[in-house]
Amino acid sequence: MADWSRGAPTPGRPPAVEIEGLARRFGMRWALRGVDLRVEPGEAVALLGRNGSGKTTLLRVVATLLRPTRGRVRVAGRDVVREAAAVREHVGMMGHAPGLYDDLTAAENLRFAVRMMGRVVEEQRIAEALAAVGLAAEAGERVRGFSAGMRRRLVLARLRLQRPDVLLLDEPYASFDAEGVELLNAFVRETVERGGAAVVATHDLARGEGVLGRALVLEAGRLVEEMTVARHSTPGREAVAP
Amino acid sequence: MNGRLRVEVGRVAAVAWKDLTAERRTRANANAVLFFSVLVLVLFGFALGPDADALRAAAPGVLWLTVLFSGVLAFNRSYQVELENGAFDVLLLYPGDRRAIFLGKVVANLVFVLAIEALVVPLAAVLYGLPLLAALPGLAAVVLLATFGLVTVGTFYGAMASRVRAREVLLPLLLFPIVIPLLVAAVEGTTAVLAGDPMGEAGAWIRLLVVFDLVFFIACVLAFEHVIEE
Repeated sequence: MADWSRGAPTPGRPPAVEIEGLARRFGMRWALRGVDLRVEPGEAVALLGRNGSGKTTLLRVVATLLRPTRGRVRVAGRDVVREAAAVREHVGMMGHAPGLYDDLTAAENLRFAVRMMGRVVEEQRIAEALAAVGLAAEAGERVRGFSAGMRRRLVLARLRLQRPDVLLLDEPYASFDAEGVELLNAFVRETVERGGAAVVATHDLARGEGVLGRALVLEAGRLVEEMTVARHSTPGREAVAP
Repeated sequence: MNGRLRVEVGRVAAVAWKDLTAERRTRANANAVLFFSVLVLVLFGFALGPDADALRAAAPGVLWLTVLFSGVLAFNRSYQVELENGAFDVLLLYPGDRRAIFLGKVVANLVFVLAIEALVVPLAAVLYGLPLLAALPGLAAVVLLATFGLVTVGTFYGAMASRVRAREVLLPLLLFPIVIPLLVAAVEGTTAVLAGDPMGEAGAWIRLLVVFDLVFFIACVLAFEHVIEE
């Protein structure tokens, strides 16, 4: 059997994400049934699969939001169950919901996030993060009036302030316009180039073209196939954007 | 204060600031809870009839039931805000001690419930003919201690119920049995201080409140991380 779940190791550094035999059950239903996966620093991996195939569950386990039923998951060498707090120092997640507060302004949402990260609030950095996602003019506006795309941009600004080593993105391209997609891809590229890693669950591989390297297909809770995303030189089957 | 502790205190303050700022701007919860509290006080007044002695005798019980019912609304709302945009997951993802979330919410709920009480207690004094000013120091001690205990337990069970679909129903079912000792101590303590404490029993009820607060505060802080995991 091909060992397609493993990326090329980086000497001297633990894998960004290392999953062995991961299974997760909700009641009587198994969402994940023995997943093995390794993502090395400097890699951006796409997770493909139908609705209900286990993509979101996998990301949530890696993010320490769900405990595995079986198996072992490590992020930057830290166990997600026994060293969950240490793992959270490394991961940043963009989920389906933005996780913003409607009655705070864009800048206040970011200030709150920075304080929750345990860092000192620097107004200059917050202004830069907002400017980087095109929301400088809306810094003082309450999020309640923001469109879905603007909320996504604000989440991206929050991630930029966090600068996580491991990015976990769940359907990140939804609601983004073309410029937003480019901003997101630039951030993923920047994360990967500084030695971080990204795991991106998506139905829209075309939008991640040029950023995502491997694409792994989940089916009924199992990784069943690996492809290289089009325009990459690694031999094997190519996942071509529609 | 060492660096780690300072960071965690900052996170507690951030959660409390965020909740209170959002509430101050919308007043959605405050208006509803205040209106509800006034309504309960007035309705109990009608139910008890015009007898001034009967009203005075029932007033401590009515007052604390009003605070309890109002508190349930506040505790539910406290987590509703987190669930609306998936913010709870983001809160849980921040590095650091998750107990800071609980403590921040306790601080915010404490300020909120005390602010409601600052309006409800004088109103109860007017409606039920209570000698508020004469009993103020003792009453303040009972109110502060009982409110702290109620908010601690309510915030804890609010977190537990927040993950469940029928959370509005579940929270009172979880909360009310647990706070029976607190309710008894608060009502008896209030009755004693309003009567001028002729039997010298107020101190015993206040001590019971202190013990309740300490036991449940420690237990809730230790158990919080376990109840918020999916």
